Amino acid sequence: MKFGILVNEGPYQHQASDTAYQFTKAALAQGHEIFRVFFYHDGVYNATSISAPPQDDRNVAQQWADLAEEHNLDLVVCVAAALRRGILDEEQAQKSSNTTYNLETKEGNGFRISGLGQLLEAGIQADRLVTFGD
Amino acid sequence: MSEELQEGVVKKMMYLNRKAPYGTVYALESLEVVLIGAAFDQDVSLAFVDDGVYQILNGQNTTKDSGIGMKDFSPTYKALGDYDITKLYVEKESLEERGLSADDLMDLVYEDEDDDWAEKPSIILVSREELADVMDEQEVVFSF
Repeated sequence: MKFGILVNEGPYQHQASDTAYQFTKAALAQGHEIFRVFFYHDGVYNATSISAPPQDDRNVAQQWADLAEEHNLDLVVCVAAALRRGILDEEQAQKSSNTTYNLETKEGNGFRISGLGQLLEAGIQADRLVTFGD
Repeated sequence: MSEELQEGVVKKMMYLNRKAPYGTVYALESLEVVLIGAAFDQDVSLAFVDDGVYQILNGQNTTKDSGIGMKDFSPTYKALGDYDITKLYVEKESLEERGLSADDLMDLVYEDEDDDWAEKPSIILVSREELADVMDEQEVVFSF
């Protein structure tokens, strides 16, 4: 089956991202396809590349990036939700005259900033869109 | 990826609004998805349940002059008809539980192109049971 995943809450505050991660991992392990993971609302905070949690805890953002690298996942962060919350990649930082950015779109880190159309497309193209959040 | 894309797919798509318009950002950001999604020509409906019914309450004023200082996005609901979004299900029980009735809601209408652009109400009052049936028919539910 082809799944679309929607993550609506930020890391640590809420379990949504962890559960979405576990679901995605389990679905891939069973041979299902993940069309896209879309991060919306506070879910955009999952895409930060500068979080530094204690060493004895999981790194939510990093484990998404690692899973993306392993399975070539498309992790899409909503641009409007990200900009108003201060999640910026290099391009968006330049456009908004910020000198710094916190979403690294380096090779292998699957996060990229794009529009809500990507969520709609996931809803249309996937067999199931599964939402994680309140 | 483009070869995988199914062209011309029309799905039954519902936006389920469950939260009050202010207090959290879900309602505002849900509306942003609805507006972007209108360009995808899907079979779209909105549903308002629980505190979500407050989103379409008449007489909202949250702007700077009111002292609240939040963007009042309630006028956007009135524009939904222009985006061909004409089915707004409102759950009766959710209204009643909050001491509200249909009279407390905004007058949301659309112009029916198949009926000489006659103005028709977009709001469809449904019972919890009826809404469950409508939800059951959907292929995609965006729950906010």
